[in-house]
Amino acid sequence: MDTTQYLDVFIDESTEHLEELYKQLLELEKNPEDKTIIDEIFRAAHTLKGMSATMGYTNVANLTHKLENIFDGIRYDKIAVQSDMIDILFDAVDQLNAIVEDIGNGGDGKRDVSHIVTYLDKIEKGEKEKVNVKESKKNESGQAFNTLETVKSLDQFEISILKESSERGFSNYEISVHLSEDCLLKGARVFMVFEVFEKLGEVIKSEPSVNELEEENFENTFTVLLVSQLKEEEIKSKIMKVSEVDKVIINYFSVDTYTQEQKDKESAMEVQEETEIPEKNKTEDKSTGKSTLSKTIRVNIDRLDVLMNLFEELVIDRGRLEQISMELDNDDLQETVERMTRVSGDLQNIILTMRMVPIDQVFNRFPRMIRQIARDLNKIVEIDIIGAETELDRTVIDEIGDPLVHLIRNAMDHGIELPQERKAKGKPEKGTITLEAYHSGNHVFIEISDDGGGINKRKVLEKAITNEVISSAYAETLSDQQIYELIMESGFSTADTISDLSGRGVGLDVVKNTIESLGGSITIDATIDEGSKFSIQLPLTLSIMSVLLVELQNEKYAVPLSSIIETSIIHKDRIMNAHNKSVIDFRGKVVPLAYLNKIFTVPQTNREDQEYLSVVIVRKGDKMAGLVVDSLIGQQEVVLKSLGDYLSNTFAISGATILGDGEVALIIDSNALIK
Amino acid sequence: MNNETIVDRKVIIFQLNDEEYAVSVQQVGSIERIQPITRVPQTADFVKGVINLRGVVTPIIDLRVRFGLKETEFTESSRIIIVYLDEMEVGLIVDAANDVIDIPEDTIEPAPEVIGSVDVDYIDGVAKLDNRLLILLNLQKVLTKEEINELKSVEG
Repeated sequence: MDTTQYLDVFIDESTEHLEELYKQLLELEKNPEDKTIIDEIFRAAHTLKGMSATMGYTNVANLTHKLENIFDGIRYDKIAVQSDMIDILFDAVDQLNAIVEDIGNGGDGKRDVSHIVTYLDKIEKGEKEKVNVKESKKNESGQAFNTLETVKSLDQFEISILKESSERGFSNYEISVHLSEDCLLKGARVFMVFEVFEKLGEVIKSEPSVNELEEENFENTFTVLLVSQLKEEEIKSKIMKVSEVDKVIINYFSVDTYTQEQKDKESAMEVQEETEIPEKNKTEDKSTGKSTLSKTIRVNIDRLDVLMNLFEELVIDRGRLEQISMELDNDDLQETVERMTRVSGDLQNIILTMRMVPIDQVFNRFPRMIRQIARDLNKIVEIDIIGAETELDRTVIDEIGDPLVHLIRNAMDHGIELPQERKAKGKPEKGTITLEAYHSGNHVFIEISDDGGGINKRKVLEKAITNEVISSAYAETLSDQQIYELIMESGFSTADTISDLSGRGVGLDVVKNTIESLGGSITIDATIDEGSKFSIQLPLTLSIMSVLLVELQNEKYAVPLSSIIETSIIHKDRIMNAHNKSVIDFRGKVVPLAYLNKIFTVPQTNREDQEYLSVVIVRKGDKMAGLVVDSLIGQQEVVLKSLGDYLSNTFAISGATILGDGEVALIIDSNALIK
Repeated sequence: MNNETIVDRKVIIFQLNDEEYAVSVQQVGSIERIQPITRVPQTADFVKGVINLRGVVTPIIDLRVRFGLKETEFTESSRIIIVYLDEMEVGLIVDAANDVIDIPEDTIEPAPEVIGSVDVDYIDGVAKLDNRLLILLNLQKVLTKEEINELKSVEG
């Protein structure tokens, strides 16, 4: 079977199931008694097994099969859940993950899993007998009620034929034919035996298959299911007449028993086809539970990107239409354009939400990571996730994972103290890291807080001064917040011992840069011995944003609304000079002014210096600056476009947008203008 | 008979200061009339800015300035040639663009080296065709990003 076309789906779904496995295993560790968790794990492992077997990845199938066996044991209280066992299970899932990743990267999914299998087998040993029985049942369905050779699972069609025949008074036989050891032309003998079968009745199934038999791909024995009206003895004697047939074993085969047997097995193991649902209460419960979930389809993200691009063009044209209709002043036209604007507004919302994915996609890997790190560091840490369903644009999700990993590692390594230390401080031995995400306005906030040691201001300052991040004179003037933010400057590390987790001094500044490049910001708050909190603010989407359009002489620029605090018009006399820099007193704060005309070397036209200046107050974290512009035009929703590779590193310009009149306006990166 | 097939190079011819230059058609996306250009501050002087090319923001360079020629006003015949190179999309302002021809590979000679003249690396060679002298451009070199960055670091 050509399965390449299903490969993507397989990888996607496998990854999902593996995540599920991880999640449930973590749950299981907390509540070893909870049987519903086992059921969940079982279901995930089982689906994974089925999929990988279909795709021909036997390693995955084998490993998941072992897992299934173990969980079956747990479910029926044959195996007790222990911590070291969970470790091995995690290991196994890690292996599965690695295999699936390998497949995703174009590998063949081959990997040495033997040591894991041995471990798993050891766990299984506690209930060895049961497993054996199950194994044999699985491989030799006929065995449970007679002593015959294999006839593997029958399909629906075959079962129905067998049923029909028995209803009509035919008998179903499972016949094993042993050819003598020195038989030379096995294929020919088989042919002769089959000829006899044809006369006696009808062969429903043979094991190995007829083709394999003809090619002599078998030992000396083969088994067939025969439907016949004749008696056992009669059949036997007729077959024995073929020379070189050593032995014939005939058993009566009952379809009812077979199907019953299958049902039992399914209800026990939840194996295979969902044909007998009424018998399987558990599965049924689950399937009804499933149907209450909303229906979804998978769409390639590229297609959504194309859709988004097309829509962006529509937004540009919409702007143009609005402008034209304003100029023409035709009622009908205006009405139509207004309606179109509304509809496209709705459309924009839908397209944007289509690209939204719950942040859970990023969060769900953290519990496992924390568990692992906690072990490595000999700390006891628990993670508390709030608001995992908060949705963010796909592009933001893709970028935010690494910074979060870094912050969490940082909190684990530097924040949470060792258990004995915590005890000495009168805190519970178990540390907690809280991960919270929520929407607010056009932004998403992600907060990572820990109840660890907080940030030692003095130590930070000392380090900053010794590492020459700041001067000692400057250090005096810093607020608490500013001191905390020093740890995100490059060339900084406060851990007394450098570990491979964090503390290489390259981490947090990268985090800060990434977040700022996404148009977000990060702030730190901490209380000594009570913990610290990193708050990240991110825009909901990166492609459409609200901006304030401003004019510099005859050029138009856009300032992202997210960074603007307010706009104001000030008199020239209010400008003060401090250290050769123009500043203004803005609500009690000294705010430096940035003359955009000068910074952007805008060609001067005949406009004279004005009495009043239009100032856009922007902020970056706690710092502010006033951008001096010639005039303010107004707020607008624009589509962010890149300047292209050729002009990728332009100072203080983060991109461009196309205005209603078709002209390009540049978007100002106000972060670059604030020192 | 010569069995070797003579490979022709299909090129687009444009004028710059009465000289004729050629770029391969494969690299050319379209030829546009001059349209409003938005200046991008703090870039090299030959970067004129960006235009809205059917919804795509495209950087524009003035080839006259790039090649050290005298900058002139745009005229009716001025054109923007949109070229593609390694995923980059850039528009080149030229005096005129009006011809597509095939240059036989064997008429192409390396750029003449004359003592005293400045060596420019963005010329692939010259082709003599009838009475015309065509200068073949190496777009890779014309659009080298290092030059922009260099200029930037000087300014910064």
